[in-house]
Amino acid sequence: MVKQETIIKTVGLNCCYGSLCVLKDVNLEIYKNEILGIIGPANSGKTTFLRALNKLNYLNSSYSQKGDIYFSNESIKNIGENILRRKIGIIFALPQVLPVSIFDNVAYGPKVHGVTGKNTISQVVENALKKAYLWDEVKDRLNEPAVRLSGGQQQRLCIARTLAVEPDVILYDEPCSGLDPISTAKVEDAMQQLKESYTQILVTNNTKQAARVTERCVFLLMGEVIEVGETDALFTEPQDKRTDDYITGRFG
Amino acid sequence: MNAARIRQKIAFLVLAIATLLIVIPILLTIFYIVKNGISAVTWTFITQSPRNGMKEGGIFPAIVGTIVLVIGTMLFSLPVGVLSAIYLVEYAKDNFFTRLVKLSVVNLSGIPSIIYGLFGFTLFVLLMKLGTSILAGSLTLAIMSLPVIITATKEALESVPFSFREISFSLGATKWQTIRYCVLPYAIPGILTGTVLSLSRAAGETAPILFTVAAFYLPRLPRSVFDQVMALPYHLYTISTQVPNMPMELSFATGFVLIALVFIMNLVSIILRAHYRKKKLW
Amino acid sequence: MFRRINEKIIESCIKLSGLLVIIFVFLIFLFLLKDSISLFGQYPIGQFLFGRNWLPISEPPKFGIVPLLLGSIYVTIGAIVICVPFGVAAAMFIAEVAPGYLKHVLKSLIEILASIPSVVLGFIGIVWLGPFLRNTFGLKTGMCGLTGSLLLAFMALPTIISICEDALVGVPRTYKEAAFGLGATHWQTLWRIILPAASSGIIAAVMLGIGRVIGETMVVMMVTGNAPVIPKSILEPLRTLTATIAGEMGETVGGSEHYFALFAVGVVLFIITFMINLVADVCMRRAKK
Repeated sequence: MVKQETIIKTVGLNCCYGSLCVLKDVNLEIYKNEILGIIGPANSGKTTFLRALNKLNYLNSSYSQKGDIYFSNESIKNIGENILRRKIGIIFALPQVLPVSIFDNVAYGPKVHGVTGKNTISQVVENALKKAYLWDEVKDRLNEPAVRLSGGQQQRLCIARTLAVEPDVILYDEPCSGLDPISTAKVEDAMQQLKESYTQILVTNNTKQAARVTERCVFLLMGEVIEVGETDALFTEPQDKRTDDYITGRFG
Repeated sequence: MNAARIRQKIAFLVLAIATLLIVIPILLTIFYIVKNGISAVTWTFITQSPRNGMKEGGIFPAIVGTIVLVIGTMLFSLPVGVLSAIYLVEYAKDNFFTRLVKLSVVNLSGIPSIIYGLFGFTLFVLLMKLGTSILAGSLTLAIMSLPVIITATKEALESVPFSFREISFSLGATKWQTIRYCVLPYAIPGILTGTVLSLSRAAGETAPILFTVAAFYLPRLPRSVFDQVMALPYHLYTISTQVPNMPMELSFATGFVLIALVFIMNLVSIILRAHYRKKKLW
Repeated sequence: MFRRINEKIIESCIKLSGLLVIIFVFLIFLFLLKDSISLFGQYPIGQFLFGRNWLPISEPPKFGIVPLLLGSIYVTIGAIVICVPFGVAAAMFIAEVAPGYLKHVLKSLIEILASIPSVVLGFIGIVWLGPFLRNTFGLKTGMCGLTGSLLLAFMALPTIISICEDALVGVPRTYKEAAFGLGATHWQTLWRIILPAASSGIIAAVMLGIGRVIGETMVVMMVTGNAPVIPKSILEPLRTLTATIAGEMGETVGGSEHYFALFAVGVVLFIITFMINLVADVCMRRAKK
């Protein structure tokens, strides 16, 4: 096996909202171009972990954080929010599109990062939509409002929108929780195709999805990391009883 | 049970009558002004200057004066009002300064208009040496209009879903980019509605312009922002209290034009609101 | 890099605007206070606050605020007594009784009333309401406190109705459902459950209405007769604080005792409206909880 290159590393990460601490002493390494799953019951801090990676938690004024996160060996404290978030994109639980056209949704990111020129932007939009496996479905109606797309299409549009700013890492926060099985399959397909050039972190409530899509998995419970391992190993021979209980559906 | 039903019938009837006693005077007021004023509202009346101590001729300078004042008011109050609302909604942390800004907005909205007149007079007319001028009057009306614009803008900004901001931030946009591209465009209908409404009020105000801009009798158009102007509400005040033997129909006609102007502005704000509500996509 | 600088400039403007709002309020109070303090160098504050005569051009001048204060109070009480019952009743009708389309029509009408400039209502007071009251009640003059009260009541209605209506509509549905579930009629629910639950909002509405009435200038200046004497009743001519400032400011010389006295009247008015608005704000916040 090739030596894995670490892209994100958390050291003693503690995250709190006011006096309520939802993550306790999380030490994790995330490797380049892997798909890492984060599973665990509700309120175990999965989403907070994800949003800590690109400083989105700070939008909540009561949030505070201890410990450190390194992205490409640099503490994210030293990286500007807009640069960090461009490098680490996120897909939210419910498809969230802006009430503008399909094209403008994807073009928004490049525009705020200073990409100019009609042709350049069109090219960026087309590439992003192709990578998200949406191009063929929308190429003839790029100027239609994005809200007219179906749920699954909207979620892939969100992926395209994130890809358009050329991130290194894509975070998924339960991306399929609002989708039907067919749309879910399409989103999962897109994730598999993106594996070659992106690091992807998937938070999910759905253990079957984690088993299908991810290569490595983290089991979080009440803000603590219980177990980390290759997905196959974790699902077939969990080392911790609590992991076993969770994946066999005894709680959560 | 039956008695309770009868009591309810009577009570609702009383409420209906009370409402009717409010509605009828409103309709009568409008009808009274329109009926007595409309015959004197002619093309000459609207487009000519007053003559013979305002007892003849038209009210053109007063109409222009009011429109100029409204535009001047907008130029000052819209940017300051919108920016302070942006501060309150998007930037403000929960600290002393923020609470002070909020308290000030509440306060401004409660200050009587004549106090604005006094303030405008001392600050703009005397201290800043602008004289009784369009500039001084517009600034005074602008400060008076601020609370309405701020409140309307605040509500408009707050009604934009938080997710829009989240999307923008997550793509690496800066705070101002997020506000500029992902919040303001969706708040504009509310901002416009509130602004037009506050301007229609400014158009009808008399007390703040009494000592800051209004001219008693100035039958020509202003040449610069340092000129005085006539204004419709002040004109109506003077001709109905200060000019003896004023022909009644001219007073009514002036009232009619003033009401019409204010109603047109209100109508614009209603149409804007309806137009954007139809287009709303989220 | 250019964008960074741009962003900094914009953010400074935004913060400056917030600051400006505070500065305005501060300046308004400061200017009023500064000029009225000049008065008290020349004229004893006790005689200003408790003097029973306002004779600015007599020799020596007298600046007793009592007649003006009483004028304002009389007119305000008259207006509030008239408009609160009507306003609250109309708010109840609009919020709970009127069917959808009627609700819409009524609300638009109230908005129309709110937009009528005060000077137009003052004009109507002069040409119609004043003479009408004189003839109907056999008064010496129609230009008196009552005419002012009636018009001010009319003007304060939109404020009172809209805020009351918001308060009534804001009462949680569950209250209403619970009362219905116990077999109460719609009226019993409205009167015994919804109205008490909305009381904070209704008090706020009344306070804001009072603030509106006491600060109104043009109507009272045009229709109340402008007699700066202690009124014996609301049926006599009187003069309010606001009308005094508006009416006399144009005739004073800047820097004279009279000029400063008008600013002192302004301070008194400012303080009164400030208190009223503070109470209204507190009630409003309680209503929102």
